[in-house]
Amino acid sequence: MSTPVLSLRDLVVEIPTRTGVLRPVNGVSFDIAAGEILGVVGESGAGKSMTGNAVIGLLDRPARIVSGEVRLLDQPIQSLRGEALRRLRGKRMGMIFQDPLTSLNPLLTIGDQLTETIREHLDVGQSEARERAIAALDEVGIPAARQRIGSYPHEFSGGMRQRVVIALALCAEPELVIADEPTTALDVSVQAQIIALLKRLCRDRGVAVMLVTHDMGVIAEAADRIAVMYAGGVVELGPVREVITRPFHPYTGGLMASTPGASKGMRRLRQIPGSMPRLDALPDGCPFHPRCERAEAACRENPGPSLAACDGRAACWFPLTEPKEAVS
Amino acid sequence: MLAYIIRRVAQSLLVLLVTGFVAFSMFSFVGDPIDNMLGQERTQADIDRLRGQLGLDQPFVVQYYRFLEQAVQGNFGLSYRQGRPVSDILMERLPATLELAFVSGFLALAGGIGLGIFTAIRKRGVSANAIMTVSLIGVSLPTFLIGIVLIYVFSVEMGLLPSFGRGEVVRIGGWTTGFLTESGLKALILPAITLGLYQMTLIMRLVRTEMLEVLRMDYIRFARARGIRERSVNFRHALKNTLVPVITITGLQLGSIIAFAIITETVFQWPGVGLLFINAIQFVDIPVMAAYLMMISVMFVGINLIVDLLYFAIDPRLRVDRTAAGGH
Ligand SMILES: Nc1ncnc2c1ncn2[C@@H]1O[C@H](COP(=O)(O)OP(=O)(O)OP(=O)(O)O)[C@@H](O)[C@H]1O
Ligand SMILES: [Mg+2]
Repeated sequence: MSTPVLSLRDLVVEIPTRTGVLRPVNGVSFDIAAGEILGVVGESGAGKSMTGNAVIGLLDRPARIVSGEVRLLDQPIQSLRGEALRRLRGKRMGMIFQDPLTSLNPLLTIGDQLTETIREHLDVGQSEARERAIAALDEVGIPAARQRIGSYPHEFSGGMRQRVVIALALCAEPELVIADEPTTALDVSVQAQIIALLKRLCRDRGVAVMLVTHDMGVIAEAADRIAVMYAGGVVELGPVREVITRPFHPYTGGLMASTPGASKGMRRLRQIPGSMPRLDALPDGCPFHPRCERAEAACRENPGPSLAACDGRAACWFPLTEPKEAVS
Repeated sequence: MLAYIIRRVAQSLLVLLVTGFVAFSMFSFVGDPIDNMLGQERTQADIDRLRGQLGLDQPFVVQYYRFLEQAVQGNFGLSYRQGRPVSDILMERLPATLELAFVSGFLALAGGIGLGIFTAIRKRGVSANAIMTVSLIGVSLPTFLIGIVLIYVFSVEMGLLPSFGRGEVVRIGGWTTGFLTESGLKALILPAITLGLYQMTLIMRLVRTEMLEVLRMDYIRFARARGIRERSVNFRHALKNTLVPVITITGLQLGSIIAFAIITETVFQWPGVGLLFINAIQFVDIPVMAAYLMMISVMFVGINLIVDLLYFAIDPRLRVDRTAAGGH
């Protein structure tokens, strides 16, 4: 197998506070290959955005990476700072935020914002940058791109703006894109279009995509693999079909059960009892055990096992499905 | 947009009409001008004749209309005290005030915006914090005290700069300027700092607050995520957005510089219209007071109007006529 575009190994992000050190990301590991979409799901506060921000080096103070590795192809980037990191952003990894209404600078035309980004990373002149900007808008499906390039963000609808945001994130042709809930702020009817666009761009260009979302439907539709996060850790990781139809981790099971239509032949919607513990009050043992129907003494005494313990798929002592003996 | 401009101009005219009314009423409140103009030996016939000449026998509305008609032409009658046309006296004094206001306004704007940006970008820096602390003094000390302290330090103790007057001036046509002589420039320094300091600290704190606010916006984060360099993020993306709300307040501040000049001119015996006004109050020189009032309100209203129009230049969202091109 070729080198993954993004590779996280035991990534730990800490926030020092007056009352103690919080770990919103606590030992996260996963890979994303070129042309692959990894869906990242989990309850609010699970650490999904923190993980994405850590990768692209945009953690807000005082949060910081304290250990682990972030690799972009062959290059470890977790300790890059300042100028070196800035050069990677946009050029080799792009980011798409949740709200297209606030992601674009209201006082600059979309053409200005595109050409500025292009010229920041590629050695081209103004007119060449403009042509590329038009091509980028074309590619994300902005009609009459040549005429619209001088428009301001407020002259576009929400869906169109998110297309502009995607064009901006991709205009310097990065190998990795982190999309943090790219459809949450959009109309349902527009969501599918944006997801289809992301999928097409990912396939056409061989971009690796980390797609953070709450929407299981989006995951099922777009992602190749899925990472389920809980309290700062990845509790289950695997191909989408398998995880959805045959979840190993009880949390994943609960998540599927509480999502309408995520898995066929659903009995009825169930809520996972309780809520995710706050970071400053994590229970001993497996962080999910207080909410887990299957929890036993082992779960209270030992921290959750590594994914490897369960076919490399789930971090659970007593998975819903017994792992197969032989790995296919 | 045109409708908006017309409305604003109409509002401005209304404001001027009202101040004109206040100025006009001063004449009748402060007693019968006839008493002042005719000596002790006057006959009823003299009084009636003068009333007729001055139009004081006309109905109130007609008198008011006459007053406005004259005021628009810059004619406010004779000064009670000097017996010369008020407009001549004002014109002699105006250059001193305008030059002082111009220099202080420039100091306040350049210093305020510059320091505001600096303290926002380096919000944790030692020097930024020092500036913020010092600026508190600037905001809380009354103007006359600053003037007196400056005089004490630089004139009395160090003997570097003059403590009163305008120095030597050069006459160019109807204008007298202190910019062209050494003593004129030296004489400007202390009054300009005194007058501008308060405005400068105010503008600085405002710019800092706004800029910090803007730097937290999604589009700044997105610009960083695209690898836009820090200088461009601060000065292209953030500054422009900062200036939109800052403009109004700043415009008003500059207007009030001319009004505040009264105090500074008194402290430094600066021969401008402010000092003229203070002297006029002492001698109940109504025509001078009325003319000063009108002049200040014209300036205020004018500055306000310009500020509002500047909005259109800076913020494309207000240029309504373009939204017709918006697409969905
Ligand atoms: N400055 C901070 N101080 C303390 N805790 C913080 C701080 N910033 C973030 N956190 C915590 O870090 C955790 C991870 O947040 P993160 O934004 O990554 O969650 P998320 O999975 O993206 O959630 P959502 O689905 O709501 O976007 C949250 O529990 C949050 O409360
Ligand atoms: Mg998030």
